[in-house]
Amino acid sequence: MNVVVCVKQIPDPANPGALDPATNTLKREGKLILDDSDAYGVEMALQLVAAAGGGEVSLVSMAPNGETAGLRTALAMGAAKAVLVSDPALQGSDALGTAKVLAKAVERLGGADLVLAATESTDGYTGTTPEQLAELLGLPSVTFAKKVEVAGSVVKVQRQTEAGYDDVECPLPALVTVTAGVVEPRYPSFKGIMAAKSKPVDQVTAADLGLDATSVGQAGSGQRIVAVTAAEARQAGQILEDDGEGFAKVVEFLENLKVI
Amino acid sequence: MTLNTVWVYADVAAGRPLSITLELLTKARSLAANVEVVYAGANAAELAPVLGAFGASKVHATGDLGERLPGPAVAAAIAAAVRGGAAPELLVFGQTYEGRDVAARLSVKLDRTVLTNNVDVAVDGETVRCTTAIFGGNTLVTTEFTGAGPHITLFRPKSFAAEEGGGAAAEVGALAVPDTGTSGGARVTGRHVEASSGPKLDEAEVVVSGGRGLGEAGKYELIEQLARLLRGAPGASRAIVDAGWVPYSYQVGQTGKVVKPSVYIACGISGATQHMVGMKGSKNIIAINKDKEAPIFGIADLGIVGDVHKVLPKLIEALQARG
Repeated sequence: MNVVVCVKQIPDPANPGALDPATNTLKREGKLILDDSDAYGVEMALQLVAAAGGGEVSLVSMAPNGETAGLRTALAMGAAKAVLVSDPALQGSDALGTAKVLAKAVERLGGADLVLAATESTDGYTGTTPEQLAELLGLPSVTFAKKVEVAGSVVKVQRQTEAGYDDVECPLPALVTVTAGVVEPRYPSFKGIMAAKSKPVDQVTAADLGLDATSVGQAGSGQRIVAVTAAEARQAGQILEDDGEGFAKVVEFLENLKVI
Repeated sequence: MTLNTVWVYADVAAGRPLSITLELLTKARSLAANVEVVYAGANAAELAPVLGAFGASKVHATGDLGERLPGPAVAAAIAAAVRGGAAPELLVFGQTYEGRDVAARLSVKLDRTVLTNNVDVAVDGETVRCTTAIFGGNTLVTTEFTGAGPHITLFRPKSFAAEEGGGAAAEVGALAVPDTGTSGGARVTGRHVEASSGPKLDEAEVVVSGGRGLGEAGKYELIEQLARLLRGAPGASRAIVDAGWVPYSYQVGQTGKVVKPSVYIACGISGATQHMVGMKGSKNIIAINKDKEAPIFGIADLGIVGDVHKVLPKLIEALQARG
């Protein structure tokens, strides 16, 4: 079974994010890392391929400046190869534009039995790209998977809902988005890290994928940022060191609010 | 009143529209002369009075979808209606499981941008502008649609108040669902409700949440006990949901529930932006955390720098003593 995982390489979320004042898009010129949310999809894919007893895990990613740091992390976990779409013309792509690029990248790999993605990225979190990708590829999909199994030509998913979860069955090929917690991602081993350095990363441009430049990037985006403003800041209140009587302050606070 | 028609997608559970649907209907009334609803389910006539009361003139109902997931079916139905001459200028969805799936597939079918995670919307002439909160809510970004409509938008829960407008029951019409082929192949084979007692997390007046600072899963009992004493709901940070201590339905934050209770008590939660996005709209915030540098103290009305294992048992004891 061949699984393609969509991975995003993002600025380290531990550092404060910033917008480029010229374009109002997120600054991405520093070192990028594998989005934590995508480590779950990579791990899930590795486990499903192992359980199927054959096939491989491939990656697709779109990132500026030929960035591969995050891809190397996923390759070190055990993925076999990657398609990286990197092209200045793609800057400013909206979620739909990104999905169009990823769809072409998946096709370049010859399709897949299963496409996995996170429910949303940690930096942009529009949360629509995977489902848009499924529609572009003509695939059925199940979003918000907290458990994934493949049985023959069917993927069985426990899908989160407002009330709890649903059991969902879907014929392959299909796209599934996984939540954090679907599996515990492995740490890359030293051997894995060394092997990842020589794994193939097929770097391509939008034109290589046959994409019309007007359908992607800022040109293809149907949106424009018109204002960036600071939200009304919430003022910090009273901060106290607990001297053993901190609980009494909480009681007093709740009394004043008539909660108790 | 600058738009003619807005369509609002109705999220319905147990025969009632979710609060977000009523919130969006309320807002839609201020944006357009005519507000209509898209509903994917059976018994639309039973929903028509409440949808009408909140401003809908018409309900476009697909009828029962059976075991199909709504995403492909509803997207195909709306796209076919638009191609057939229906002319909503704006399509409004809640940022919910169903709303995201439908809106995303629809954006491909109509080849239109979708703006997600919005907390506000304004119409200026024919221009629609949406506002999103980023960086944990400290920056607001306003984005306008540049292409042709219909524009597709998703809004975070609790972005707007829900208020009845006093309208008559909405008229019910059928929305045909075309064949979705292979893309509609997913089927629900079982539904599971995770039981919880007490008020719902996103409706409770008091929310008590626990995080990594609790140290171990067994200590979550303290959170449940405190929530019970305050007639509130227990919540959780993403960290302990990922760790499997509590189900996902407890999660407060960007990828979980948005809560705006009167009182939010964060216990052993440092305040990652992912969490803050889901709770900083609370009227009053109390934080208990060992690390005095924790970001949560930056937005707390009352902060106790201390060990939750010491503060919580005393607090619980004091509340029990009050009876």
